[in-house]
Formats: sequence, C-alpha cells, structure tokens
Amino acid sequence: MAELKKSEKIIEIVNVSKIFDETAAVEDVNLYVRKGEFITFLGPSGCGKTTTLRMIAGFDIPTSGKILLNGKDITNLPPNKRPVNTVFQRYALFPHFNIYDNIAFGLKLKKIPVTYVNDKGETYTKLQKLTRKEIDEKVKNALAVVDLEGFEKRSVSTLSGGQQQRVAIARAIVNEPEILLLDEPLGALDLKMRKEMQIELKEMHRKLGITFIYVTHDQEEALTMSDTIVVMKDGRIQQIGTPTEIYNEPANAFVADFIGDSNILNGTMVDKFTVRFCNHNFQCVDDFEKNEKVDVVVRPEDIEMTDKENGMLSGRVISVVFKGVHYEITAMVGRSEMVIQSTQSRAVGDIIGMNIAPDNIHIMKKEFTVNKYDGYISKKNTVIFGDGKFDCDVTQLYPGSHLDEEGYLITADGEKIDLTDVDVTVEVGLQSIEISDNADEGGAQGHIVSLIYKGDHYQYIVRTEENEEDYVFDSEDLWNENDFVSVKIKPENIRLQLKQEMKQNG
Amino acid sequence: MVKIHFSRKQLCIPYGLFLALFVVIPMLLILFYAFTETVDGTIRFSFANFLNFFTSTAKLSTLLMSFTIAIISTAICLLIAYPLAYILARSKFKKKNVLLMLFIMPMWINFVLRITALRELLDLIGLLGTDNYLNTIIGMVYDFLPFMILPLYTTLEKLDNSYLEAAADLGGNKFTVFTRVTFPLSMPGVISGITMVFMPSMTNYVVSDTLGNFNITILGKLIDQYFTTYDNWHMGSMISIILLVIIFLTMLLTGRFKDENRDARGANLW
Repeated sequence: MAELKKSEKIIEIVNVSKIFDETAAVEDVNLYVRKGEFITFLGPSGCGKTTTLRMIAGFDIPTSGKILLNGKDITNLPPNKRPVNTVFQRYALFPHFNIYDNIAFGLKLKKIPVTYVNDKGETYTKLQKLTRKEIDEKVKNALAVVDLEGFEKRSVSTLSGGQQQRVAIARAIVNEPEILLLDEPLGALDLKMRKEMQIELKEMHRKLGITFIYVTHDQEEALTMSDTIVVMKDGRIQQIGTPTEIYNEPANAFVADFIGDSNILNGTMVDKFTVRFCNHNFQCVDDFEKNEKVDVVVRPEDIEMTDKENGMLSGRVISVVFKGVHYEITAMVGRSEMVIQSTQSRAVGDIIGMNIAPDNIHIMKKEFTVNKYDGYISKKNTVIFGDGKFDCDVTQLYPGSHLDEEGYLITADGEKIDLTDVDVTVEVGLQSIEISDNADEGGAQGHIVSLIYKGDHYQYIVRTEENEEDYVFDSEDLWNENDFVSVKIKPENIRLQLKQEMKQNG
Repeated sequence: MVKIHFSRKQLCIPYGLFLALFVVIPMLLILFYAFTETVDGTIRFSFANFLNFFTSTAKLSTLLMSFTIAIISTAICLLIAYPLAYILARSKFKKKNVLLMLFIMPMWINFVLRITALRELLDLIGLLGTDNYLNTIIGMVYDFLPFMILPLYTTLEKLDNSYLEAAADLGGNKFTVFTRVTFPLSMPGVISGITMVFMPSMTNYVVSDTLGNFNITILGKLIDQYFTTYDNWHMGSMISIILLVIIFLTMLLTGRFKDENRDARGANLW
C-alpha cells in the first residue's frame, strides 16, 4: 500500500447538512478522509451517501457546514475547479465521442504551469495546454491501466457494461486527481463481473496511491475493499471504523443488522459486565448502567454449538440450511430465534446447547425506549400528535378529575377546565402500538420505513407522509417494508403530560 | 344478418384509395405536365421547362431569394428558440409546462388570422411597407418559431444531467460544457427544428404576400403565378418538381445526420 501518513487529512467535512425541498438528505455530518485511504460510504438507499459524495465533487452545495480539501475551504468551489474526479453510477460516457475522445476530454481542457528561462536567465511560468503527444501518451497509459489497449477508436455503443465501466474509470484517473469518487460504480454489473472489478479496483487503488471515496449499499463490497467504512442512515452517520471494527463492534442495532448476519436480542443489564437475555445471565465486556434495557448483538458464527447439557442456552432446531462452507442452523430459545453458523450439521427437532464467549456479546444502547411527541388536545378526549388524531384519556392530566357532559374537565377540587388546544407532550410505549392495513382504522397513517428482526419480534418504524413523524414499535407480526398502514393506539396507552405544568415544575 | 369479415389488408383499402387519389395520381400529373409542353393545342414530351428554369435569371434569382429568406428565418428562429428551450428545459421551475404552452399556443390559432394580425401590428408601428424583406422574415420567424422550440425543448429536456456533470467534473467550465457536450447532444433537436422551419419558409408565400406587400416573390409564389396568372401548368409543375427534389435532398442530408446521432444515443440504453 502507498505510504500512509495517518495525520494527513485530505478531506474534512464539518457540520455539513443538505436540505432538498425541506427534507434533510444529509444532517450534520462530520468526518475526515485520510490521504491515500480507501473510504466507503455505506448505507441503504436514501441514507445520504450519494449526496455527501456529490457535495465533495461539487455538484451539490451544502445548505450549511464546510468542506475542506487539504485544509482549504472548497464548499462553494465549482466541480471543474476541484482536483477531484468522479466515476458515475451509470458511467455517463459521452455518446458523441469515441473512447479516445472520452478519455482525453479532461486532458484537452487541462492547463499546466510550465517553467521557462528567458534570454536574461530569469525563470517564468506559463499556463499551457498539453501537447497532442502528451495527451496520446496519457490516454494510452490510462487504457493500459484498465486493460482496454487498442479500444481508442471504438464507439461507446459497441462496448459491454463492464468495458464502459473501465472507460469511465480511465476517463477519471487520466486526470491524475487527488481524490477519485466512485458512486456505486459496480451497481449495474452482474455478480461475477462485480467480484472481478472489486479486486481490480483495489489493485488500482494500491498502484495509483490516490484517495478513493466509494459509495455503495452493498455491505460485502464495503467490507472487502475499504480501509475505512462510514455507515449512514437517514442522512446521519451511524458509525465510522475499519471493516473489522464495524463488523465486530457495531455501534447500534442498525449497523449490526445492516452489516452481516446477526442475532439482535432484547437484554437487561443486571450487574456490572453482566447482561441477561433469553433467561440467562451472560458475562460481557461492555459496561452499562444497572437495569438499563439494551440491545444485544451476537454474530451467528460466534455462537458455539454444544450438547444440550453443556450449553448456557438450549434450544430446539427449527431449520438447517447448507451454505457451502457452513450450515446455518436456526434454533428457538424460549420465544427467541437464534441463528448459528457451524461446520457441523444438526437435524431439525434436535435440542442443542449454545455457548457465547463474553467478548462475542456486543451490547448497545437501545435506540428507542419510548415514542415522544408534541401534541395538543383538540376536543373532549382527543389528542392530536404525530400527524394523527387519537382518542385518549385526558383525566390523567389531573389526578382524580372527571369529564362533565359538555366535555369540560372537572378537577378533584371541582374546578372546571377547558382543555381545547392545550399543548401536551405525548409518550407511547413500543409495545402499545398496533398497525392495521385498513387506513381508516388507526389515528395516523404512514409507510413502514424500517424493520429490524430482534430474535423474537420485529422492531418497526412507521413514518407519516406529512411531517415525517415516526412511530417506533415492536410486533411479532411480519409486515413488509413500504407497506402503507394505519397506527392504532389504545386510549389507556397514551401518556399525556401538560407542557405548561412541566414548565412550572421545571 | 350478414357477417362481414375484414382482413387486415382490406382495412387498408380506404387509405390506399386516398393515397392514389390525392397523392399518387396528382404526382404523376405533375410529372406529366412538367416534362411536356403544349404547342398549337397538342401536348408533347419536352425538356424545355427544365432547361428554361435553369437558364432564366429571374427564376434562379427567385430560388436564391427563397433560399436566403429561409436561411435567415431559420437562423433567427434557432437563435431565439435555443436559449429559450434551454432555459425552459433545464430550469427546476415546476410549472414550466405552462410556460412552454404559452410559446406553443400561437400554433393553435388560424395561420391566416395570425399573419393578418401581424400585418396590422406592423402597420400600427409603422414598419409595414418600409422593408418588405425584413417584414417577410419577421413573419416567417413569428410563424415558425414554435416548430423550432418544440423539438429543441424535447431533446434538451431528455438530456441526461450526468453528462453535464461529468463534463464539469472533468474540468469543463460552463462554456466548454455547453459547446462540447450540451450542444452536440442536442443536435437531433436542432436538425429537426431546422427541417421544420426551413422547408415552409421556402414556400409560404402567404407570409411574403401579406407582409411584403406582394413585392417579394418566393418559389411558392412563382408556382402559384404559373398556375393561375400565366396559365402555364407545364412550368408550374416543373418548378414544383424542382422544389420537391430540393426538399427531398435536404431531408436525405438531415435524415442521415439524425440517424447517426440516434445510433450514438442508443448507446445509452445500457
């Protein structure tokens, strides 16, 4: 690998946000890229990875924040003024040029300083275009790097997808950029070609010694190629680390779920370095507050399968799938599913034991323990929050109160209160939300934007369209991502608190 | 009840009849008249009309005049329409279809009405009768501008933004991005716009008569004169044939250009 000075930051992104039509594509992103490294922005579609790349390229200008290149602010610099070149997702090769002219495009526009000595012996520099010969040579070299010698006169339309991909890379690297940006460059290729190109790109990175910033949604691609991975979701960075760190120490349930296979379980910290899940206390290496609810992540290959007598856990095998190198065995432990990767096979119905070493138990803070909203009472026993309207029990606001016939609240002291338009904070537990595919049944409607399997249940996020309010909840039922559903909450599960009163108390 | 069965071939009969009556037979008649002459009441085969056209300075200068007017009108249309189509197509303005419609709407109004209105307008501002060439060109541009805007807008609107981004990424400033990528890639629209404006500008003598005060003679007018004023169908037919050949040659030329370009565009259907 090219020599890597750890301290040299080539790109710094400082507090960058990008807002399109009132929705934030990228929110308060901070990261730096070291000179010469292969860094990958990884995440599902719509996570902001491409927008971040486009802001580095100069196609999009951040709404707020700064982008520094070698310490200099380039936030508002147009793309043609940046020493950065891009390989586009769909190559964007110019159809009206042949391969040679495509690759030479940047070179023909380039002006380089040339130093001369005049009669008096003084030196001076002049910006000068490259000569025909120099361009020829560079194009030839670039074609050699991508293994397409002799393709100069071919037209773009005669090339296969893989060849067009190579031309796109050649067209970018021929300009000797300081940074090469690659926007899902292998997305349009078939699996075999993709694997080959992964190796070639890595090799190219080693040979050229320039910084690669790579965008992909393919976690395997990211793990294979990168020095550093930036995992993103909903415009925010979830975790930055080496592939090993990201895989072994995922920062949260999302990262664990997105990278590789994992068992994600609900656990509780019962003591220092002791976590309880699946009705068993495990030693672990992470320290959280006692009694804190946590997410426990265990990789399938980290579960050791034993006889039922010798295991910390025991469970019944419900499925066995042969995966070539290993078997993927799914066992029910109580009400939780546990996926195990093992070179040994078991029969469905067998009772097996399982051991997990302390450093293979990854504990992370629970992202959501309760849904919180700002809302207001609209009329008698109805509260509006989260883009929806729900029946509730307003008498909880004043202990001992009741409603009179006209809908006024009568407190325990007999005081009459009109609650209309009173602001409240609303809390709804993760277990208290149900969804239905009948849009009229619930108080709010939205699409399922995320589901994460957590051993014995799924954790869903339903997002409304209007103000993008999220409803997070647990359910054992399986729904599909993007399903349009309505959210049902029983009145007794809606916890209300007066904002005014909170202010007084606070 | 009698069941009537149509085969596909039979369904072509109405169109075939139409084609024969209004296209094939008239064409043959024109061909016949063009290569004959009437001497003492008898019709005989002759090349005289053909030779006459290419030896008559008056007719050749009319041809040249038509060419000049058409070229100037087309060029002005292109100069006005391109920036307009570009701005409309590349803007992020959501209601741009409404704006486009405003420019296209004159096409919905009767042509003669439009020209008459323009004549009144030119009269009002005192331009009518001052320069017949200028007024004719104003009329042609006014009349055929939508035909230039529409194909340009369609091509520019479909133009993949990533080409422009790639060009900027490779070091192109706004000017070079336009000259090396945007404009070449919009050539199909330019060509079809030119075709749609150039051809009618050569022949549309309603415009030249109305706005040029009958002082401008273009090819279309000449044909009309031979058929109606001079009652010489042979010469009229010959000029029609020559015009047809010119249009056909232009089509051939631009058509080939367009095909080449379409080939290149097909490359993007990866």
